[in-house]
Order: sequence, then structure tokens, then C-alpha cells
Amino acid sequence: MSVPLTLLGLLQREPSHGYDLKRDYDEYFGRGKPLPFGQVYATLSRLARDGKVSGGDAEPGAGPDRKRYAITELGAREVDTWLAEPIEPEPHQQTLLFSKVVLALMLDRPAEDYLDAQRAKHMQRMRQLTEVKRSGGLLDALLADHSLFHLEADLRWIDVTAARLSALAEMVRTS
Amino acid sequence: MITDRPAPGAGSMIEAREITKSFGATPALTGASMSAAPGEILAVMGPSGSGKSTLLHCLAGIFTPDSGSVWLTGERLDTLSDDKRTELRRTAFGFVFQFGQLVPELTVADNIALPLLLNRVKRKTAYASAAEWLPRLGLENLGSRRTGELSGGQAQRVALARSMVASPRVLFADEPTGSLDTLTGEMVLELLVGAAREHGTTVVLVTHDARVAAHADREIMVRDGKVIDRTGAAVEAAR
Repeated sequence: MSVPLTLLGLLQREPSHGYDLKRDYDEYFGRGKPLPFGQVYATLSRLARDGKVSGGDAEPGAGPDRKRYAITELGAREVDTWLAEPIEPEPHQQTLLFSKVVLALMLDRPAEDYLDAQRAKHMQRMRQLTEVKRSGGLLDALLADHSLFHLEADLRWIDVTAARLSALAEMVRTS
Repeated sequence: MITDRPAPGAGSMIEAREITKSFGATPALTGASMSAAPGEILAVMGPSGSGKSTLLHCLAGIFTPDSGSVWLTGERLDTLSDDKRTELRRTAFGFVFQFGQLVPELTVADNIALPLLLNRVKRKTAYASAAEWLPRLGLENLGSRRTGELSGGQAQRVALARSMVASPRVLFADEPTGSLDTLTGEMVLELLVGAAREHGTTVVLVTHDARVAAHADREIMVRDGKVIDRTGAAVEAAR
């Protein structure tokens, strides 16, 4: 999650105060991890310094949280570019689990048991996320789905690796 | 130790004990043991050809294992006569499969009422029970529609209603959403889980799909004809 770009995106809807930005961020993107006020204002200061937002006049008698921020043309272009750009797929070749499996085979440890334990751990998390979908709102369901599809991809990798363990074991022991 | 094990079927709704099953020279199950508690939703996972569907068919009394035993609430199932097992399948079990379980020439209401009619329930009562299931599964306007005219998701909801209408003790579902798209499959699965929870029905859900299995309370893996428990140790070895 890119906090600066997400705040810029929120500002692209309409100019806003720091307090309202934090509230919207927490509601849509925080998901149990609220953004600290300090980070909101520090980020807005940096964005203002870089010319991506303009901080309007503070309202009389109010502190910094009453300053109204608006996105600049530069900031808006950055948000549009960011939104249109696909996210780089994660490189899965060097995951921790991959390293564990290869090491387990090298060390003649029960790699299949490790994979089964990892599968059970993944399934446990998938059950929790499924319950979140069942009991939560649409936003929760969408986020849970994102995690579920990624966990499912991991599980497919675990299954394929389990099916190839014998060949993999032979390879790592003879190389 | 065998002697430390509880009596067969004790505390479980359905249980398999060290069952083997071969088709010709090909072994499908090589000593599989598992149990499902009353009201539990149990996912049976495993790669293609691992024996998970054979396990389901043995539990449901469709196949007779070559050795080992199958128990339904303490009653041994695999040694019953064909007639008795057929009766048990009609009265105690419900089934949802991936394809081809509905009679396309019959209406939705006919298909749902069918298990009750086969159990010699009066026609009026059977159709009244079928009608109760229509709104629960979002089928309220489809009772008179022939099932051959339904979408995949609608057909699976009808199949679900038909599997539950006789209040089975165990629902066997083999890849029940395998032919549906993601969202339709999820809707059918939510309905299946909801109906089972409401009625306290034990569900044995065979699937290769982890997202489907995540709707269950617990999952077991079938690999090379044996059941692997959650911690990765063979159930047999753990005992």
C-alpha cells in the first residue's frame, strides 16, 4: 500500500482536511491498521514540498489539522499514471518456503511433512478469511478475496511441489 | 494401538476404518481412515486420482470396500445387504455431484420432491416440502420450469434442495461447484453450508479447490489412497 499515492487519490476526489483524509483512509484502506495522524501530516508536507498538493490557508483559530489540501496538476498526473500501471508480479522463485523445501531435501528432512503443515496453515487462514467474507461487508469481502486468491496460488505451488518432491530430492542431492 | 481406539463410530456420524478398494489391479484406497462428527462440514482434498471420490463412494455405501469397515453412528454399513444400503442412501444420505443429477424432463418441483416420493411420502406432502425449499434457495419462480432449461447455478441449487429435502443425516458433495464460475459457485456453496448448519447435517465435501474447502470446518488430504490429517502425519501412524 502506497500511503502518499493513496492520499493523493483521495484528494483527487475533492480538497480535504488532514483529519478527513485520515478518516477516509482508515475506512477504505486501513482495515484494522489506522494511519497515525503524524504520518498523515508528514506525508502531506512532503507532497506539498514536491508540488503535488497545495496547502490552502488555515482556517482562523485552527491548528494544522484545519488546513485544507488540494491536489495539483502534477499530483493528479501521478495518480493517473499509478492507477494505470500494472503491479509488478511477485517473484516467487526465491520465497522462504521454496528455500525451506530445498534445504529440507538437502538435509534429508521430511519436506513433505513441512509442506503438509504449511498447507494446513494456509487452509486455516483461508477459513478465517472465508468467515470474514461471510460476516463482513462488500469491502471486507473484496479484500478477503484478494488474500484468498493469493493463498490459493501458494497452495497450488505447494501441491505441485509435493508432487515433484522425489525428482527435486534427486536433483539437490546429486548436484 | 488398536486397543486404545474408541469403539467404531463412537462420537462420529460417519467413519471409515482402514478401508481398501481396488479396481482390477489398480489400488484406489490403501488403508484409509477418517471420521466426521455430527454436524461437521469436512472437506476431503487431494489430487486427481488420489482416491478421494472412491472414499466418498465407500462412505456412502455406493462402493463396498475390499477390506476395512464403514460406520454410520455406530452401525456398520459396509456389511449391510444391497437393499439395506440402498434404503440407507435414500433415507439417511443426500448427494450433490458436479453434473447430471437432475432429470431434465421433470420440473424443478418434481426433481426436488423425487427423494420423498421414492421414500413413499404422500404426493401432497412431498410437493409441499419441495415448495418450502424454493424460496430458501432463490428458486421461487422456477417450480414449474423443466430442469433442462436452467442455468448451471440454478440447476445446482435444485440439486441442493433435492439432496436436503429428505433431511439427510449426511450430505455427500463431490465437486458441487466444479462446473460453475467463481461467484455462482460461492453462492451455491454458501447455500449448501447454510442449509447444512441449519439442519445439523454432516457434510462430506470432496474438492480439489482450496477456496471451496475453506468453507468447511476441517479438511483432510487423500494421497495415494491414504488419509493424511492436518498436521501432515498419516492418521494411521498417529494412532
